Order: sequence, then C-alpha cells, then structure tokens
Amino acid sequence: MSPTDAALDRVTRVPGVRGALLVTGSDGLVVAEQLMDGVDGRAAAALTASLVGRLSRAAESAGMQPPAFVHLRGDAGSVLAAPAPGDLVLVAVVGPDANVGLARLEMLEAAGRLD
Amino acid sequence: MSDDIRSLTDRLAAEPSSLAFLELGETLRRRGQLEAAYKVARGGASRYPGLADAHDLVARILSDQADLAGAFDAWSSALQLDPMRVSALKGIAFLYFRAGDALAALDHLQRAAEVDPDDPSIAQALERVRQEVTTAGPPPPAGAPPPNPAAPPNAAAPPTGTAFDDVDGGEQGQLLVDGNGLRLAGALVLADGSDASDRVAARLAGASREAARATRLLGLGGWHSIALECPDGHIVLSSPTAETILLTVRDRSLPMARVGLLAERAARAARTWLERLG
Repeated sequence: MSPTDAALDRVTRVPGVRGALLVTGSDGLVVAEQLMDGVDGRAAAALTASLVGRLSRAAESAGMQPPAFVHLRGDAGSVLAAPAPGDLVLVAVVGPDANVGLARLEMLEAAGRLD
Repeated sequence: MSDDIRSLTDRLAAEPSSLAFLELGETLRRRGQLEAAYKVARGGASRYPGLADAHDLVARILSDQADLAGAFDAWSSALQLDPMRVSALKGIAFLYFRAGDALAALDHLQRAAEVDPDDPSIAQALERVRQEVTTAGPPPPAGAPPPNPAAPPNAAAPPTGTAFDDVDGGEQGQLLVDGNGLRLAGALVLADGSDASDRVAARLAGASREAARATRLLGLGGWHSIALECPDGHIVLSSPTAETILLTVRDRSLPMARVGLLAERAARAARTWLERLG
C-alpha cells in the first residue's frame, strides 16, 4: 500500500468519516481519494484548498503561523483539513456523529507521514 | 456584433471548456459591454475557480462597473492564487487609494514594483501615492477607525464601539468583520504593538461565503464555525449574522474547545451589539 493510500485508509477507518482526500493546496486538485457515495470529491478538494489558503493568509496577517489543522463545522457534519508537506492538504468529510477528536489525531499523524 | 466578438463567441460555444472566455470577456470590457463581459467572465471564473486570470478579469469588469467591493474581492481571490500578480496588486492599490488609505496603496504598489521593477505605470503610481502620503502626514494612530478599502469613497464609515465588554479579554483578540472585509468592532494588536485589524479583516472578505459554499455543496447544511489550530495560537471564526464574520484569537495555553466557547459568547455579544445599532 502506498503512503498516500495508507494515509487515507487510516482516516477513513475512523467512525463517522464519509471520505478522505489528498489535494493540492495551490490549485485544489484531487491527488487521491477514498469517498463514500454522494460525496463530491472535486468540490471538496477545490473548496477546501481555497478556504485553507485564505485562512492561512488571514492567520499570517494576524501574526501567526499557518494552521496545522482546520475544522469547518456545518449543520450536518464537518470538513477537516490538515496541511501536509509538499503543497498537499489532507481533507476529510465527516458526519455529525463522527469522533472528530480521533479523526484529528489520525489526520495529523497521517499528514506528518506524507513528507 | 463585431467580427472578433462573433469569432470568440463561436469559439467558446464550440468549446465551452476552453480559455477563450478570457479574451472574449476582455474584448467586451474594452468595448464597454460590461454586463455581457461580466457574464462571460463570471462563467469562466466558476468553471476555473483556480485560475487567477479569471478572477483578475472579473475584478477589472467590476471596477469598470464601479462595484469596488466586488472588485476588491475578485482581486483578492486572484492574489490568493497568485501572490505575485502585478495587475491585482495594482488594482487593490487603486482601490485603497480611492478609499483614502494611501499607506495601504503604497504597500501594494511597492510589492508590485518588487515583482516588476520595469513597469513605468507602477513607478508613476508610486510617485503619486508617495506625494499623497507626505501631504497627509503621519498614519492614523492604532485603534483609529479603519480605512474603507472596498467601499465606495462616499460610503459611511463602519460603526465602532465596544461590542465585547462582557467577553473575556474585551475588544483585544476579537475582530468583527462585515462581508466586504471591513472592521466593525474589536482589535488585533500584535506582539510588536502594530495593529493588524484592518489587514486581517481584509483577508477575511469572502471567507463566510466560501465556507457556506463548501458546506452546502458537501451536503453539510450551513456553517457554524471554523477552528484553526496554529503552532502559536488558536483561531475560531464564527458567523454572528449572515453578513458578518467574527474572529477570536487566543494563544495555545487556552485549549481549542474553550476558545470555541469563548467565540460563541463573543458571537452572542456581537449579535446583540449589531441589533442595538439597528
């Protein structure tokens, strides 16, 4: 199993995770994905990469370093993102009952191994 | 319809995914057909959200239409995709200058000059803005009402005040921003004493719309909050009203979940304050 597949695999094993993707941070293209039916991977990739980029610049303007983890909370679930080395972002789409704390730990660990 | 526009329209119709929209939109803009130009450019930007050229074109058209807030947002998008994009730096500098913030205009023009030192239009603009800075005297003190980068020149200044009196930390570390990236209340003063409020506010223009679009398209409903874990601090963004975004910043000694609770209190306070303002 490739490092990319291994990263996505450990994230999607967390209960409540509907899918995980590895996307490029600069242009929001999908590098790899493991998604349940109904999750629009291209939309998740483009929108999350764009949002993470915008938020990173906002954090920088606030005198802080770029985020290591981003949690966008919606009415019916969340989008989680962990920037990884090499202009990559590990993204997960999770349902409302997901264990976000566990997903966060797995994503940070997986993103760190993508170096 | 002129031949070149017909030809470009035919090309785009034959191949909708081509980049012919850039040339067609720019041609229409130069002919003054701004509504048609906007439709073409907007369609192209929607198809290619990662293409800085598309956002740049949208910004030029909106600027021609005197939609300065929209132009600011579109040029900001272009810069996010391509931070060295001279046309976007010049465009934002122009908007800041029109809004009376010569220092911010100067900052953007200097960045443009670093990228393209041979562009004579940048040198001319720099000279003019430097004169304005010299004439206007020292910059306003920290905490003064912010400039209005994206609003029309005659727009009313955004209200200021103490929205967060009852929130731990008060105004500092809370920043309430409207949909155009303008500060409504709160302040962000950095460790070196500089006031980062306006710069951060401008960066947040469009963040709420982008978050809403992301959650909607992914079937997650509306958005509630965005938590950012940075190596040197925690940031939570929330949306007290549909048109505003609230940023709460604390250092890492405060756990993220508590920053989230603090942000919820601050959002309630902001909502009450906005209602009082009417």
